[in-house]
Amino acid sequence: MKRLKRSSSISVLLVLALTAILSACGSNNNNTASEAPSGSPSASPSASSSASASASAAQTRTPIPNPRVAFVYIGPPGDGGWTYQHDQGVKFMEKELGIKADTVENVPESADAERVITDLAQNHDIIFTTSFGYMDYTLNVAQKFPDVIFEHAGGYKTNDNMSTYFGMNWEASYLSGIAAGKMTKKNVLGYVAAFPIPELVYNINAFTLGAQSVNPDVKVNVVWTNTWFDPTTERNAAMSLLDKGADVLMAYQDSPASLQAAAERGALAGGNDSDMTRYAPEAYLTNPVWNWGQYYVDTVKSVMDGTWTSQQYLGSFEDGMVDIAPIGESVPDDVKQLIEDAKQKFVEGSFNLFSGPIYDQSGAEKVASGQSMSNEEILNMNWFVQGVEGSIPQ
Amino acid sequence: MDFITQLLVAALSSGTPLLFATLGGILIERSGIIQLGAEGLMLMGAVVAAITFIHTGSLGLTLLAVVAIGAALGWVHSFLTVTLRTNQIVSGLAMTLFGTGLSAYIGKSITGIPIPRAVPKVNLDFLDGVPVLGPLFAHLDLLTWISFALVIAAHLFIHRTSWGLHLRALGDNPPTADVMGIPVQLFRYGCVIAGSMLIGLAGADMLLVYSPTWIEGMTAGRGWIAVALIIFARWNPLRAMFCAYFFGMMDTIGFKIQLIGSAIPSYFLKMIPYIVTILVLMYLGYRNRNKPSGSPEALGTPYIREQRF
Repeated sequence: MKRLKRSSSISVLLVLALTAILSACGSNNNNTASEAPSGSPSASPSASSSASASASAAQTRTPIPNPRVAFVYIGPPGDGGWTYQHDQGVKFMEKELGIKADTVENVPESADAERVITDLAQNHDIIFTTSFGYMDYTLNVAQKFPDVIFEHAGGYKTNDNMSTYFGMNWEASYLSGIAAGKMTKKNVLGYVAAFPIPELVYNINAFTLGAQSVNPDVKVNVVWTNTWFDPTTERNAAMSLLDKGADVLMAYQDSPASLQAAAERGALAGGNDSDMTRYAPEAYLTNPVWNWGQYYVDTVKSVMDGTWTSQQYLGSFEDGMVDIAPIGESVPDDVKQLIEDAKQKFVEGSFNLFSGPIYDQSGAEKVASGQSMSNEEILNMNWFVQGVEGSIPQ
Repeated sequence: MDFITQLLVAALSSGTPLLFATLGGILIERSGIIQLGAEGLMLMGAVVAAITFIHTGSLGLTLLAVVAIGAALGWVHSFLTVTLRTNQIVSGLAMTLFGTGLSAYIGKSITGIPIPRAVPKVNLDFLDGVPVLGPLFAHLDLLTWISFALVIAAHLFIHRTSWGLHLRALGDNPPTADVMGIPVQLFRYGCVIAGSMLIGLAGADMLLVYSPTWIEGMTAGRGWIAVALIIFARWNPLRAMFCAYFFGMMDTIGFKIQLIGSAIPSYFLKMIPYIVTILVLMYLGYRNRNKPSGSPEALGTPYIREQRF
């Protein structure tokens, strides 16, 4: 009996040791489906309130000839979307400046993020946190490490040593709306949406306005997945939209799952963030893409020169941070031309797509004829335009 | 396709991986071994399927590799629990953590690579005309048909063959089975290994049919739902089939409700599968309060010859 007991306790130990080793291997593999971003749409303070004041007061920083750069990713670089584009930007920056950046993948938008960012802050000069949900964690760490520079993508909180950067991707959503509005046969579009935050709301609105500009009868059905990156959930959402009768899908998600689902059912679709043609060439329309590379080069350079200041950077078609993916093979040339013409207006900066008259879902006039929304108003949008079917959970 | 048919199609496609895993779990637990490693085994099945298919492009080799990894992990679980007689719960949890970590590690290089449609569809076009159920069965893939066959095979095996009788004896009372001349240890090894193969196939089905891209942690808790389904199904393969499809339907119903235009917040709808799990457990617990749970009596107890229980 004694012998037996010992062997069983040895094997328990063995199992525990094995477990410990392996869970260490995959320490960051929590599912990225995480809680909602902390800033609810209505609670967001104005987009540019605190930034400019602190920027003017910024002291010149000591130049760092060889900055140690780190990036925090929400997903894997192989997601084929959001993180992939950031990773491409990082590679571009590494090539241009001849430095090597550290990256941490699959960091959930939870207290884990604060731990990861704190770890990085010990031995890095500049840290890019590339997801909206890292905002508060980045700010917390930024306040603890005043000598380290933080760059947060997509948020609205800044500090003396913390900037935000994002782009006017709604302009690209408007263009993919034109493609979708022209290509739909049933006038029913589907939108697979991640979280009910302003970023999604203004993109859905821009997409709808784009589609309506070429096809006034079009309706856009919205479903919320409450995840940035969970291909299985995204696929279920896409299938539900297709079942409802949508024949063109757009997915503001980090994976191409919706595009793959649409391709299976013979529908058309676009994704987000990155050129997703390779996942389903025959079904692909187009979608907004991000080009982060130049911004990363410029920012890291400014750290090298000591000219870095806190700011709220908003890129666009004009500087190339926002662009639209090559338009799919199924789209005829006249539609391509239509999109090109509209894009030209954005590149020149001569067109604000949120120009009146714009009505909300109830039919109330939100933007009067002859008026346009400011970037600040757009960045805090929390209502759907007429033609969107779905609601924003408050 | 009308609404009901669409719902059933969705239920079938997201229920099939659950069905494979639940069947495997039933086979294992019927032999008296607790099975909590499903999540890890499914992930390992999925990642091995992805790697093999990307590198060979052969469905046959892919399924073979999945079955092999299932068998290997099943052997580890049975070695720990049957030969070394470790705590089966600890060993099962270790399998889950092991599988989750290892699959994330070896899947790094293939994360996000789309996998072409590998499993052929069995097209029975003449069924298209049959209302409601016709379109449901007309275009299923091969693995779904295999899962139907496995349900029937498992049912007949457990309830209609002498081997099945031995299996039930083994799960309820190993000393008696031993006296009957059944090789307890060997039989348990066989069941755990065969069951683990099926759970591996659940992961492969998920990857090859349901969501054709390897993503770390892609099963998202479905292994644990399969563990609950074993209990709902009361260790019976036929009931397992209905339970699996019911939960498959719960997986997609949230989006359907959003699209009907209900005012229920989407955050709440996302909880549906988990709330339903709790409600069904409560209901079954109440309804069957005076009946045996159907659980094998010796579940969780290692067998040591000539030792009293």
